[in-house]
Amino acid sequence: MATTTQATAMPKQKISLRERLDLGSGLLPYYLVAPTIIIIALVAVYPIIDSIRLSLLDNPLIASGATFVGLRNYIQVLGDPAFKSSVGITITFSVVSVALEALVGFGVALLMNQMFPGRGLVRTAILIPFAFPTIVSGQIWLLMFNAQNGVLTYLMQAAHLLAPGDSLLRTPNGLVTASIIIDVWKTTPFMALLLLAGLQVIPNELYEAAGVDGSSRWQQFWTITLPMLRNALLIALMFRLLDALRAFDLFYILTGGGREVQTMALYSYANMFQGTTFDFAPGVAAAVILFIICAVVSIIIVTTTRLSQN
Amino acid sequence: MAVREQVISTAQAKVADTSPRRRANWGVTGRYIAVIVVLFIALAPFYWTAITSIKIDSEINTSPPTLFPQSFTTQNYTNAFASTQPAFAKDLLNSTIVAILTTILALIFGSIAAYAIARSKFLGKGLVLAIVLSVQMFPLIALVGPLYVFFTGTINVYNTYVALIIPYLVIALPVTVYFLTSFFRDLPPDLEEAALVDGTTRLGALWRIVLPLTAPGVFTTAILSFITVWNDFLFGLTMTADSSAQTVTVAIPLFNGEHQIAFGEVAAAAIIVTIPLVIMVLFLQRRIVSGLTAGAVKG
Repeated sequence: MATTTQATAMPKQKISLRERLDLGSGLLPYYLVAPTIIIIALVAVYPIIDSIRLSLLDNPLIASGATFVGLRNYIQVLGDPAFKSSVGITITFSVVSVALEALVGFGVALLMNQMFPGRGLVRTAILIPFAFPTIVSGQIWLLMFNAQNGVLTYLMQAAHLLAPGDSLLRTPNGLVTASIIIDVWKTTPFMALLLLAGLQVIPNELYEAAGVDGSSRWQQFWTITLPMLRNALLIALMFRLLDALRAFDLFYILTGGGREVQTMALYSYANMFQGTTFDFAPGVAAAVILFIICAVVSIIIVTTTRLSQN
Repeated sequence: MAVREQVISTAQAKVADTSPRRRANWGVTGRYIAVIVVLFIALAPFYWTAITSIKIDSEINTSPPTLFPQSFTTQNYTNAFASTQPAFAKDLLNSTIVAILTTILALIFGSIAAYAIARSKFLGKGLVLAIVLSVQMFPLIALVGPLYVFFTGTINVYNTYVALIIPYLVIALPVTVYFLTSFFRDLPPDLEEAALVDGTTRLGALWRIVLPLTAPGVFTTAILSFITVWNDFLFGLTMTADSSAQTVTVAIPLFNGEHQIAFGEVAAAAIIVTIPLVIMVLFLQRRIVSGLTAGAVKG
């Protein structure tokens, strides 16, 4: 209201001010974003480029100077069975957990879109796991999954899902299963909230029109809800997928930093910090490979989103 | 807060009553059961940790496990704070200092950047946003090698707060810029325009008008930045060597000894680390939700 009066009262002033706010001050916006951009350039972009340089050296930690070895570190990493296994684990973990999070998150979002008393309270409650450090979530579940006195271990043994004395964390497959369960527990709220936001902007008129046309709820879900949610879903999937691909903390806490079940990030870390100094550069090479995979995934998803918008 | 919640949910309920889509499409009982299941799954692990932290050792190790604690002790908390291997209390202090310093720096740099992004159209704005957002998502392990070499060699800050604050700025800035931009955009520009007419500089308008008026949003952003930094594990692990700078998330796995795990202590430590976060989320949930989802909806 106030804006309208002002605009009609002094239109010229308004426009010139708008211009001053939008474009008029020349370089000022650049000065304002410069510190942020410089920090990101120095601490994120430059290190990525420097990673590539380091990954082509034999041993960057030697003070006397390292020698250039070309792609030798990459060949070594790609031929390492532990690396191949880490790729498999990373992809399995990412695809399964993100798919489950999308499904469960969608269910929770549909539930939260319903009215019930205490809805705000429920929304807060499901946000709590999301605010935890991953390392603590892992630790909490470790308390429940451990072989000695874990409550989930006890329940699974009682239900004969596990042999007496066994635990889910003893085998690589069990450990990946546990990590998927924990990840779904922790990040489904994020998925659900993004999808809920998408659900709430779908105009009711669409459903009303569809209802008049006699379409069933199931049909409405496929023809209205899902297409309208497509972009929110793609954005949520991209965030989650990129986050899952770089998984580190969860596997570190579940394995105690051990090398038997590794994600790519953990493989990279273990090479850099747990081996000899000559393992450092191959570790950096593995991190560069992970970076390239993440870049490709995000380009694919961004392109898909763009295409679907046009 | 509670009253506002009430008003808003009543308002929403009224809207919902008139919309045929939201009326009774799930059986009421089914809906309640689903809500209870969701709540149970979300909170049960937290409950388990809480009761483990107050049980005495012998009860922790009984089989079957007790769902309601039969014993009560604060010994686990005392032990966690007194722990020297890891130096839990010192690590807690390190995390707090580093997270606060990073948040202050991120707010300073982030607020002026967000102000430019929210209030002006400049060539390359899309690129700036794209860079800021993509940093949030890329694999941080790719930064570890070069930063380690740089910190141990070139500038020799390894195992100090500086070695943490520098990479933490990179994870805190995207959050800060993203949320502040969204909060600044929601503020009508009229007041700043008036101030600019009166001869205030742009930065003066940001400092004297925009920041005070968006104070709740700025506070939310600060909390989120704090949580993001507090929750980091990777840089804490790789950029520190001992408790002179080691963060609390790095201390947590160290409680799991080689053979014997002090379960009660571990549980107490986990509770101590998360209690501040839980309180922050409880206070700010509505703002966090609207900030988180703003981008998804506005596109």
